[in-house]
Amino acid sequence: MSFVEIENVSLRYKPQGDEEGTLAVEDLNLSVEKGSFVAVVGPSGCGKSSLMKLATGLNFPTSGKVTVAGQDVHGPVSITGMAFQNPVMLPWRLTRDNIMLPLEVVEPHRRTFRRDKAANRERVDALLASVGLEGQGSKYPWQLSGGMQQRASLCRALIHEPELLMLDEPFGALDAFTREELWQVIRDLHAERKFTTILVTHDLREAVFLADKVFVMSARPGRVIVERDVDLPRPRDIDLTYEKSFGDIVQELRSHIAKARE
Amino acid sequence: MTKTRSIDWIKAAPWLATIGLFVIWELACLVFQIPWFILPAPTRVAYAAWEFGPALWNNSLQTLWTTLSGFALAIVFGLFLGLFIGWDRRIYAALYPLMIGFNSIPKVAVVPILVLWFGTGWIPAVLTAFLISFFPIVVNVATGLATIEPEMEDVLRALGAKKLDIMTKVGIPRSMPYFFGSLKVAITLAFIGSVLSETIAANSGVGHMMLTAQSNFEVPLVFACLIALAIEGIGMYAIMSWVEVRMTGWAHRSGFNR
Ligand SMILES: Nc1ncnc2c1ncn2[C@@H]1O[C@H](COP(=O)(O)OP(=O)(O)O)[C@@H](O)[C@H]1O
Ligand SMILES: [Mg+2]
Repeated sequence: MSFVEIENVSLRYKPQGDEEGTLAVEDLNLSVEKGSFVAVVGPSGCGKSSLMKLATGLNFPTSGKVTVAGQDVHGPVSITGMAFQNPVMLPWRLTRDNIMLPLEVVEPHRRTFRRDKAANRERVDALLASVGLEGQGSKYPWQLSGGMQQRASLCRALIHEPELLMLDEPFGALDAFTREELWQVIRDLHAERKFTTILVTHDLREAVFLADKVFVMSARPGRVIVERDVDLPRPRDIDLTYEKSFGDIVQELRSHIAKARE
Repeated sequence: MTKTRSIDWIKAAPWLATIGLFVIWELACLVFQIPWFILPAPTRVAYAAWEFGPALWNNSLQTLWTTLSGFALAIVFGLFLGLFIGWDRRIYAALYPLMIGFNSIPKVAVVPILVLWFGTGWIPAVLTAFLISFFPIVVNVATGLATIEPEMEDVLRALGAKKLDIMTKVGIPRSMPYFFGSLKVAITLAFIGSVLSETIAANSGVGHMMLTAQSNFEVPLVFACLIALAIEGIGMYAIMSWVEVRMTGWAHRSGFNR
């Protein structure tokens, strides 16, 4: 059995006023192997963020079944870490204390949070160093650039050593150079720690560069219409993105998306 | 040397404007020969203030005390109610229209009822100050809670955070700049409320003193009272602005809340 299993899932949001609720996804099937890196691409509004919420137990399917790590999802799945396009840091906390936030909340860390303060601090600083933010923990998040905040947001998603990392268009607001730098950061973290990753993105190059497998979703109600394995060898270098084998896959995905939007 | 020190015009401007206003006022009274019982000149007002100095001082203290009492009540109650309303969208939806309705009642209309219940004097003045000033506090605190970024809530809820965790770690610290920002509005309103009530139903305070001076036709004293009120009002506002900046430095520096 795969690490994340989404079987025949439909999700209809609650009606607002007299309109009937939006059917965000329908008959969605998707499975993700443990330790693998998958990307989900699709037209805007096709239910990608809804998929993230289903897999993390923030929303429940109207029909169908979601399992994570062999267990049916009935509530929040605390073995997950999440990062979004908006880094949402708390401006009154130092970057380091922002990153520690999950440890104050999630079991079993919350019980020992005070006792382990010094050890936690070292963990945060090591993690910061691994994303290229060495020594930036004592700054406030608003003293960091957008790319640096997004790195910090990744650290916050990873601090409790989640088995599943959910990334919802995390690099969408960054400039091209910063984005490519962050691709490499996440590539290295994944190579080192092997957490299962689901990346939602609208950037096909990003999907192909990072993922082992790309799912293409249809327009709303979202469904997986294509499942494409990316068999490019690892470790992948950024130069790979200029090679033909890479470009071909991107091109192929692009034509699927174009069809999906019709 | 021709120039020893340059003048900081930004700092000097409010003082110059204030002095200018009084000078123009004085000159206008002289030039147009305005009778003192219509508009007394500033010098005449100053003389009245000096003449009635002790009484003016005591009544100012009384008004200050009334205002601060009402303001303190408003802070306690406003914080509590704001947290309650902002806690849950359903509570927010249920109580917000009621709050708006309550706030749109002109508070002058409430004073007679308060007098009916508590008689004339200190208590109706404090209650008027309180009733008129708690609203901005409630609305601001509730807004701070209600506008938590949904992503932040998702991050924490996925980790198994309870409502209380989200409120103590995010909601309440987040609403503090809104709360401190509302205080300078609230203190000004509390001041209006206490003076309002004093002019209707009290036996002390600057509002009451103005009323007495007016019925005795002490026009310069009426103006002296007015200026005393202005000074008090500016002082309280300045203190609250200072408190706001002191308590929520991060919000100003981070561009939060803009
Ligand atoms: N909380 C919600 N309540 C009602 N409708 C929602 C909610 N969240 C998303 N939707 C609707 O569901 C559809 C899919 O949204 P989403 O999953 O955010 O798409 P994507 O992330 O692919 O752009 C959209 O039409 C959106 O309007
Ligand atoms: Mg989305």
